[in-house]
Amino acid sequence: MAIRERMSGNEAVAYAIRQVNPDVMPAFPITPSTEIPQMVSTYIANGEMDTEFIPVESEHSSMSAAIGAQAAGARSLTATSSAGLALMWEELLLAASNRLPLVLTLVNRTLSGPININCDHSDGMGARDTGWIQIYAENNQEAYDNFIQAYPIAEHPSVHLPVMVCQDGFITSHAVENIELLEDGKVKSFVGEYEPEEFLLNPGKPIAVGPYAVSNYVMEAKKNQEIALENAKAVILDVAEKFAAVSGRHYGLFEEYRTQDADFIMLIIGSAAGTAKQAVDELREEGYKAGVLKLRVFRPFPAKEIAQALKNCKMVAIMDRCESYNGNGGPLGSEVTAGLFRYKVMIGAVNYIYGLAGRDFTVEDAKEVFAEMENAMIAGTQPEQYRYIGLRSQEADE
Amino acid sequence: MEEKKELEIRWHGRGGQGAKTAALLLADVAFKTGQYVQGFPEYGPERMGAPITAYNRISRNPIRVHSNIYAPDYVVVVDETLLHTVDVTAGLKPDGAIIINTPKSAEEVRPLLNGYKGAVFTVDARRISMETLGQNFPNSPMLAATVAVTEVMPREEFIADMRASYEHKFAKKPEVIEGNMQALIQAFDVAEQALSVVYKVAV
Repeated sequence: MAIRERMSGNEAVAYAIRQVNPDVMPAFPITPSTEIPQMVSTYIANGEMDTEFIPVESEHSSMSAAIGAQAAGARSLTATSSAGLALMWEELLLAASNRLPLVLTLVNRTLSGPININCDHSDGMGARDTGWIQIYAENNQEAYDNFIQAYPIAEHPSVHLPVMVCQDGFITSHAVENIELLEDGKVKSFVGEYEPEEFLLNPGKPIAVGPYAVSNYVMEAKKNQEIALENAKAVILDVAEKFAAVSGRHYGLFEEYRTQDADFIMLIIGSAAGTAKQAVDELREEGYKAGVLKLRVFRPFPAKEIAQALKNCKMVAIMDRCESYNGNGGPLGSEVTAGLFRYKVMIGAVNYIYGLAGRDFTVEDAKEVFAEMENAMIAGTQPEQYRYIGLRSQEADE
Repeated sequence: MEEKKELEIRWHGRGGQGAKTAALLLADVAFKTGQYVQGFPEYGPERMGAPITAYNRISRNPIRVHSNIYAPDYVVVVDETLLHTVDVTAGLKPDGAIIINTPKSAEEVRPLLNGYKGAVFTVDARRISMETLGQNFPNSPMLAATVAVTEVMPREEFIADMRASYEHKFAKKPEVIEGNMQALIQAFDVAEQALSVVYKVAV
């Protein structure tokens, strides 16, 4: 029987970490992820888990130590946010290219500046090309469920890649909500013991980790890494199916909410997806055919699957909680539109930037986006691309 | 009283006073009645004394919306000095209510509420806290008053529930349990009494 509880997103992830009981957790605190290592330390101090906790002096060191431990053959993880992830940049690439299946629980927070502690996806999106698998959560339940699925994905023989499990800072990390937890034994048997095929502390089979490679070999290594990321797609779905068997909760690369007959679809990541679903329900009552496509897996990017899911709608609003300073839209907008073109799905598409640094995104904001799509369709015009939602105007401030 | 589909509550306090903790405790209380809950803070500058806001949603159905609350059913003001600087009744539903920590009467504070026409409840949480705990911890009495006014949970159930959680929380400081319980009970009674008067007027 599932355990019915209420807890915050950070509590939920810390609870999952206790249940999985990985071998090593180096960590350095940063808002809003600080509670995770703090709660894990408490579990360890209380004798409820026996993970080796390493307090380090920076995030550069926490990721380095996690990489070292994982390479040695230990199941490892760390937690961070924002500038902490930025400071790990070099090591993120090392973790992925050395094919180390460690897990990072990321509590999404904006990057400076101006300095701010609240949620957007700048940190995760900034690390989108480091070779990590990235899975995003709508609420505490998904943050918990995604963490439990992370190691089976990462450690799969056809993957061997690190996984970043992401949730929205404060909006879910610090919000207490209902949750259904699995029993410890169920989680333990689902995740299983870590049995690395090759590792440094294996005297019978010595290996080198991270040596120099000449140009004759680097390109093949990179291609192999790319193949592993492609392989991850099938593994993520397979792990989700097994997870559904123990939890009753179903996950895919993305969730399609009332999209089957939808004329207008909002494509969105994270906690704002729930708000968008509420808007869709209210619009549906007025006879308006709206839907939400909530992206769960951003890396590997399911371009083909998204194109398929959108092919029958008239227009999609692609919602980026991140500015990518390329003068052409957000990361999600760029990748989705490239995917639509590649798979010859010639629907209307408009890219919005919303919710930067914790700017609120309401049901009304979501409805406004749907209304703008419909108006553009009726007028037969292409909506203005790459727009900001909820921006202060000079008039409004006066 | 007609059962509402979803209850939305907004808390106003100052950093360090426990408005966020009170919102999380209210979520806890409502969870125990089998409802779906949400309790979350909105942080401005992280320093003692800065105005902070916290929110609750309480519903019979799963809660999906993750935005702040702009049209609350209830507003709780933990620090009355905020009445002069923050528009605490913004969006507050006229058939809802505002609960304020102040020694003044509802009539005395109403002029500070930007013309709000709905029910106003005042609780002297500071006095209750000083008398029962010897220190100013207004969040426990304000939580009790909020439970009384919103009728999230029946009195006896709430009191029993809070005693159990204090016994757990203060296992190493059992001497503070009785004071906290007295603070809750006094505030609950004040609010409940005021509530009965308001209803008589309404009838």
